[in-house]
Amino acid sequence: MNLLIRNGRIVDPAHRRDEVTDLLIENGKISRIGKALKSDGPKSETQTIDGTDKWVVPGLVDVHVHLREPGFEYKETIKSGTEAAAAGGFTSVCCMPNTIPVNDNQAVTRLIREKARLEGRVHVFPIGAITKGSKGEELSEIGDLVGAGCVAITDDGKPVMNSGVMRRAMEYSLAFDLPVIDHCEDEHLMDGGVMNEGVVSMELGLRGIPAAAEEVMVARNLILAELTGARLHLAHVSTAGSVRLVREAKSRGVRVTAETCPHYFSLTEEAVRGYNTCAKMNPPLRTHRDRDAIRQGLKDGTLEVIATDHAPHSEDEKNREFDLAPFGIVGLETALPLTLRLVEEGVLSLDEAVAKLTVQPARVMRLNKGHLGIGADADLCLIDPEATWTVDPSRLRSKSNNTPFAGWRMKGLVVMTIVDGRVVYSTEEVRAT
Amino acid sequence: MGLKTKDMISIKDLDRDELRLVLDTAESFKEVGTRDIKKVPTLRGKTVVNLFFEPSTRTRTSFELAAKRLSADVVNISASTSSVVKGETLLDTARNIEAMQVDLIVVRHPCAGAPALLARKVTSAVINAGDGMHEHPTQALLDLFTIRERKKTLEGLTVVIVGDILHSRVARSAIQALNTVGAIVRIVGPPTIIPREITHWGVEVFYQYEEALKGADVIMILRLQLERQEQSLIPTLREYSTLYGLTARRLAMAKDDVLVMHPGPINRGVEISPEVADGLSSAILSQTTNGVAVRMAVLYLLSMGVRADGQAAETPISPSPSSGQDKPDPRPLNQGRET
Amino acid sequence: MTEPRERMVLDALGMNRALSRVAHEVIERNRGLSDLTLVGIRTGGVHLAHRLAAGLKEIEGVVLPVGALDITLYRDDLNKKREQPTVRKTEIGFDITDKIVILVDDVLFTGRTIRAAMDQLIDFGRPRAIQLAVLIDRGHRELPIRANYVGKSLPTAVDEKVKVLLKEEGEEDRVIIENGT
Repeated sequence: MNLLIRNGRIVDPAHRRDEVTDLLIENGKISRIGKALKSDGPKSETQTIDGTDKWVVPGLVDVHVHLREPGFEYKETIKSGTEAAAAGGFTSVCCMPNTIPVNDNQAVTRLIREKARLEGRVHVFPIGAITKGSKGEELSEIGDLVGAGCVAITDDGKPVMNSGVMRRAMEYSLAFDLPVIDHCEDEHLMDGGVMNEGVVSMELGLRGIPAAAEEVMVARNLILAELTGARLHLAHVSTAGSVRLVREAKSRGVRVTAETCPHYFSLTEEAVRGYNTCAKMNPPLRTHRDRDAIRQGLKDGTLEVIATDHAPHSEDEKNREFDLAPFGIVGLETALPLTLRLVEEGVLSLDEAVAKLTVQPARVMRLNKGHLGIGADADLCLIDPEATWTVDPSRLRSKSNNTPFAGWRMKGLVVMTIVDGRVVYSTEEVRAT
Repeated sequence: MGLKTKDMISIKDLDRDELRLVLDTAESFKEVGTRDIKKVPTLRGKTVVNLFFEPSTRTRTSFELAAKRLSADVVNISASTSSVVKGETLLDTARNIEAMQVDLIVVRHPCAGAPALLARKVTSAVINAGDGMHEHPTQALLDLFTIRERKKTLEGLTVVIVGDILHSRVARSAIQALNTVGAIVRIVGPPTIIPREITHWGVEVFYQYEEALKGADVIMILRLQLERQEQSLIPTLREYSTLYGLTARRLAMAKDDVLVMHPGPINRGVEISPEVADGLSSAILSQTTNGVAVRMAVLYLLSMGVRADGQAAETPISPSPSSGQDKPDPRPLNQGRET
Repeated sequence: MTEPRERMVLDALGMNRALSRVAHEVIERNRGLSDLTLVGIRTGGVHLAHRLAAGLKEIEGVVLPVGALDITLYRDDLNKKREQPTVRKTEIGFDITDKIVILVDDVLFTGRTIRAAMDQLIDFGRPRAIQLAVLIDRGHRELPIRANYVGKSLPTAVDEKVKVLLKEEGEEDRVIIENGT
């Protein structure tokens, strides 16, 4: 089955392309881009999609997703999570290892890949644990993890507190040229906090997590990256201080990449008022100064990746005392329009925004994804940039609906998602004929 | 006059006039406590549930007495005996209580925001009897009442609050209440337990006790919890009491007619010396007496405010000169009771 | 909207005469003033109770104790919630057990206020007797309550409002009837 997308605006930052033209997919690969294309094969084997007034971009790549399987299937499964991803325009996701059991061995990695092969809507790339059980003590069998298909390692959910262990993990990773991701948080400074330490936490009587808890570990990791030469990737950067540290390290040539999430450039700690558990995540929402610094960091390239940290939790888990509700919000289905707001507000050009959701995250994980080169896998999504819609938690594809964006008016809607040349998601509007 | 709010979750729910209303109403209720028969039929037939997820003798007894003196039926539920131990969620516990048609729920909970969560989900009136580090509004009200009783005014008084502000719901409610009535608030304590952001509320922060006490009208002492030493917030109780214990010598630095208050229970010899606790400046026992009166006022005003349509009462007609006069009920007979 | 029409039914002089007559009746009926106390019902009744006490002192030279009763907490219509009555202080600074309590109110209408006042009074002690003195009795009783001493009987329609205005509250002494609009 071949697909011909006519007359769409193709935005492919990796190849510096931004033009209205046709795109032909044959045998699951991008075969041709140009005006007035026709397939070589018989007409009956080619479906045509009218891309007029739509954007055609590489399928989005999310390097930070919690698919929750195995172990937490009541929150999300690989099936439901990838359906949510497809609805959000994502064609590749990297899933985090904090499952039950933790993905610290090849058996779990293989399980995830097999499930993804059978039930996944989009490509799934597992990330393995740095230490056994993510306990932060002994290295997991990283070689085996890589052999089974892990594209990076992290103990996400937790930091690797012991600097000695982190150093050895970074050194060991060099053999595989493997990205080492850290959830930067000093557990002692975090000290049971549940939201950003500041005016709002003081007024609400909630334990605060100071920005310093993140920055102390960012600094540590940058120094270790410099020492070892490892590929350091910083997960979910949230504070102005972190951005400053990364900027400085990059200016000296330290090999580091950094990601942030849409909530850190769209919301502040004020969203927690009223004890809104859908605004509870870790790292927490910070002050408006931090939010501005994150936006600046995206603008000047300090932060090259936008990832969602999609973290589904069931309604009962969130519908309780703020202290006891788990950290995390879903994000796959709201990431794109929130990022497009940055374009609307002049913080990023369209090209930059798309890059941070496609080719840049792909490069960090060394995946041949996130671009529309000839011969590349046909992973793309079509976006209606003018469509407006309201976020309705009950209509999200994810099994969970813990989002702080309920009721937000969004502009920019994914109308079709294509993986390996097959349509895995489409709205009523756009159909292949 | 009435309250705009359906519940009492935070002292911020009351504006200046409403604060005054609560205090004025409490005066009438204080008189009931002086009678031989300490009961009025006002809340007869109403049910009040004390839902305490944290142990408390003082506050729970105070609310229980307040409700009983209003002739309400009282049920006490404490966490250790409740379904919570069996894993029931907060909301399910509350919904089950509400299904028994309860008019008022008094809640004390270790998590900030728990009463707010309850208030959103049940139609009964919810009174916050202390939620984690967040607030304890009836404590602030009885503190204001006690100060007003002795000092005849609240505006312009210098009130010094001493101790573990960071963890204190009493402090958070008190500071906001004192701001609303126009008092001047000073905070004293070791820097580790005074949140930096407290200045956002317009208070002056001191680390030297003697400095803060100069010219003080009221000293409110907060209880120091013994665990703070283990959390590296203070080195030892001994050092804390040396630097921040209220002794007679320190007391003399404040105004002659200074009032000493403490929400209780007191740690004798730690935050307050025995002679000061039992001395003439101490209003600590008055606070307990006033607590019952203030809570009666709160129960009365909130039970009045829960209207048939579930909305808070609006500002009603002010009483005419012959306010004792009755009018016959204009509703036709056979009208069903409002639910 | 037309203004409520107001007509005066008792002027200051009429009020004084009525109160004076009531005072004489109290003395006559009780054969003196021993063991008598006055309790006014807030707020109009309290001022009238003080006036009555002053009148009795002038006639007999005896000072009677005067208390004030706020019946808000004893009302039977608290569930209606259309008005929110302000609770005022009840001040009875003397023992009423075994005394004769004369309740004083400005207007007697349905009788429910007096019912509440009696219930409240009995929570304070056990009086030997309770008597009732009112300035105006306007009829339309809903409970079996009768005043012992009446300043003036006034036939009224149910929807009319009877107001007793007093100089203690900044008004000229008079009793008026307002017709509803």
